[in-house]
Amino acid sequence: MSHDGLRGPALEFRDVHITYRTRDGDVPAVRGVNLTVDAGSSLGIAGESGSGKSTLISTVLRLQPKTAKVTGEVLVDGEDVLGMSFKRLRALRWAQASIVFQGALHGLNPLQRIGEQIAEPIGVHEPKSTGGDVDRRVGELLEQVGLPPARARSYPHQLSGGQRQRIMIAMALACRPRLIVADEPTTALDVMVQAQVLKVLTDLVDELDLTLVLISHDLSVLADVCHRAAVMYAGEVVESGPASEVFEASAHPYSRALAGAFPRIGDTSFRYAPSGLPGDPPFPGDVGQGCAFAPRCPVVHDDCTSGELPLVEVAPGRQSACRYPIIPPGPQPDRGTP
Amino acid sequence: MTTPALEARDLAVSFHTGRRTSARAVDGVNLTVLPGQIVALVGESGCGKSTLARALLGLQPTESGEVVVDGEILPTSRSGLKAYRRRAQLILQDPMGSLNPRMSVYESVAEGLRVHGVEGEEQRVADALSRVGLRPPERFFARYPHELSGGQRQRVVIAGALVLEPEILIADEPVSSLDASVRGEILALLLRLRDELGLSILVVTHDLGLAWNVADRIAVMYLGRIIEEGRTEDVLSRPKHPYTRALLSVVPEMDRIEPIVLVGEPPDPTRIPPGCRFHPRCPVLQQGLPDEISSRCRGQALPLLPVQGGHAAACYAIP
Amino acid sequence: MTMTRPGMDPVRTPTAKQVTRARRRASRSRSWRSFRSNRSGMVGLVVLLAFVVVAILAPVLFPPSTISVTQATGEPMSPPTAGFPLGTDESGRSILALIVWGARISLVVGLAATVMSMLIGTVMGIMSGYFGGGLGLVLNRFTDWFLVIPFLPLAIVLATVLGASLINIIVVIGITSWPGTARLVRSQTLSIGGRPYLERARALGAGNIHLMRRHILPNVMPLVLANTTLMVALAILSETTLSFLGLGDPLSPSWGSILDGAFTSGAMTVGAWWYVLPPGLCVVAVVLAFTLIGRALEDIADPRRQGA
Repeated sequence: MSHDGLRGPALEFRDVHITYRTRDGDVPAVRGVNLTVDAGSSLGIAGESGSGKSTLISTVLRLQPKTAKVTGEVLVDGEDVLGMSFKRLRALRWAQASIVFQGALHGLNPLQRIGEQIAEPIGVHEPKSTGGDVDRRVGELLEQVGLPPARARSYPHQLSGGQRQRIMIAMALACRPRLIVADEPTTALDVMVQAQVLKVLTDLVDELDLTLVLISHDLSVLADVCHRAAVMYAGEVVESGPASEVFEASAHPYSRALAGAFPRIGDTSFRYAPSGLPGDPPFPGDVGQGCAFAPRCPVVHDDCTSGELPLVEVAPGRQSACRYPIIPPGPQPDRGTP
Repeated sequence: MTTPALEARDLAVSFHTGRRTSARAVDGVNLTVLPGQIVALVGESGCGKSTLARALLGLQPTESGEVVVDGEILPTSRSGLKAYRRRAQLILQDPMGSLNPRMSVYESVAEGLRVHGVEGEEQRVADALSRVGLRPPERFFARYPHELSGGQRQRVVIAGALVLEPEILIADEPVSSLDASVRGEILALLLRLRDELGLSILVVTHDLGLAWNVADRIAVMYLGRIIEEGRTEDVLSRPKHPYTRALLSVVPEMDRIEPIVLVGEPPDPTRIPPGCRFHPRCPVLQQGLPDEISSRCRGQALPLLPVQGGHAAACYAIP
Repeated sequence: MTMTRPGMDPVRTPTAKQVTRARRRASRSRSWRSFRSNRSGMVGLVVLLAFVVVAILAPVLFPPSTISVTQATGEPMSPPTAGFPLGTDESGRSILALIVWGARISLVVGLAATVMSMLIGTVMGIMSGYFGGGLGLVLNRFTDWFLVIPFLPLAIVLATVLGASLINIIVVIGITSWPGTARLVRSQTLSIGGRPYLERARALGAGNIHLMRRHILPNVMPLVLANTTLMVALAILSETTLSFLGLGDPLSPSWGSILDGAFTSGAMTVGAWWYVLPPGLCVVAVVLAFTLIGRALEDIADPRRQGA
């Protein structure tokens, strides 16, 4: 498992702002995000509703809604997706980068067999392949995600939630992309099925040397699966760093609260002490001056409600947007790759 | 032992899924909740935990066995059941779906009072809303569900349950639809209600972390049976049953146990395996057991677990 | 609840009931405003109001003598003149008078038939959608049975057995159109049926009647009201058809009977357009008015708009 720094970053967001134009005015969903994902590595993006994470990653394939105005750059393998021609975009979609959606909700046509749905992008990107080639590839993909090739003849309603999610992964791999973005792939699933799906995903990422961006509200999942993690709140990145450190020793009060929502079983400090935040995550555009998290912050200071709060480096490889971060002691020992 | 607030005795619930097939969603369960206790009922989807919860509330007809409330068997008559409703209330997973979008917060909370013809409606609604943290309550009277956040809606649902002054609360996945940072508040509210009002609470969930946060005791369910039961510390720190061990091992960031990812899907309640119902997926059996034990795993059905008796697991392979 | 502050009059904080009433009032005016913004709906409403006013004022505008065959004063089958703006029929009666009185009949029959159909249809629809299992199946089949009863033969049979009258027409239309409403209501009920708030209400101790009345009915009503307006249009058309075929009351001048009169007196062959066109145009106008209103109401009733 190598981080190929020589290949350049597989994905880069440079000062991305995304604003929705609505009847009631402009709603800023993403407010200045800078993120880099090295080729062959994995990044987890954590956030709750209103954080802007889904809007942000929709730009990777330029799938953001028409009402969304995007500024900044989204670079896939060095090319700006936002500015490229439609012809180039079509070639990029699915063959260079693809998205795994939540299989339970959208993504699968209830009236079509699974095999046809997986075959669809293959037909689009490799029009010269024969029916036999396509069938063989579909069978290969199903085996890679741990399903028998005979499943190609099933309809979505005949499969369980975990199986449907694995089909979504197979579909995402159909055209051999180098970058996979998985949007909340395990949110609606039980813990055992979640483990199965995550295992499939991580095994494939290792085997095929892919770059993975995983989105979840569950920081513990990201800590388990990804190299690095970025936490988003109200359209901004508030912390980034190695995933396990962001989870275990957060440098931002919000990350700490988010990590606390998933208690460590066996740790008596979590017994009868559910940790959470008052209030609710803000609606996009509903943020005041200064730090967006200030209204809910358990350690807020008087000057937190004014001024700019950019991401600053608080330790090598770790950044936080809090003016009073909990600075991790010394450089962290290398925890090895997951 | 004090009289349990709520008990299931040898409870079984079946559904007819076809002409000759039936699914034993609950296949013989003994479960007890003592007064003022919080018990977590955990398991994966399809294990029957939601069916069991509804059977305990009298919302699901049972095939055999009994539901016992404070020492008395649950009535089957309409009026008897209706009276029972005042003592045991339900909180569901999806707060948006649990509230009629056309009814204001006041009307939703007052609904229980109106059904039972209770006096002093306005004061009781205000008290219930205050108790769940929606203050000042008058400000919420005229709001509608779509104007509230997820956390606030769930509080309204809890207020609607509290307004009837129940002794027992059954919460089916109370926080899984809510944002992560909001869950803590709702769970803390449940703990407070137990401390202040002495409520007995049964929480049904697939989230082991939730059980660790709030539950005194935990019962693990698999394919319609409880396969392990005990104090939360005991079961989650020193799990006995291979299924519990596997579930714990795959919780993210669980470094204590090597991950045991079970193969295959959670099985079908219409085809319950003979012997130990977990044996087709059991990693311990697959690793190899002496014949006298493995033959029992495959062929001999296990007895139901005793209730509230320390830490017990239904497995032949445990010494 | 009253609160007194020093130096001020006692201020009453609103009770929950007052707040709810104010909410309901606000929501009604919101619905009215969105209806007002729907131009075609407003056009339909204006046209309908015009007809209603004319129908109410019929005895004032044209005393009953003007439509009596024996007291007719005009020349038979004469084209429009100053005294008879729409000409006369074969008995010398003013066509305009007939049209105005006809408006009464058509509107009343249409409304009565629709109310009957809506009441039966809503109750049957909710019950067949709410009760599953055997009862629901029986009710559904019952609805289907009525759905296939042929409209015209039933009308003819009833007219033959009970004599031609407007009551018959109302009954026939009511009987044959309630299944349409019932099916609409049933599917809406089914879609609500799975919602968790019904289960919650049951857990609170509510019985079936409470659930149907307080949860299902309010959610079904907007669609029913929209459907009802469309049904009135159909009822009026049906009444016109039946009267035209001579199954209605021969003495009352509904638009359909006027057309029947035009047909039997050979108005078309002699080119008496003033006899044929006006009743037809009136039917079209009223039906169109109801249809436009109904469409506008459907838009407002659309659950997606209300975030239900």
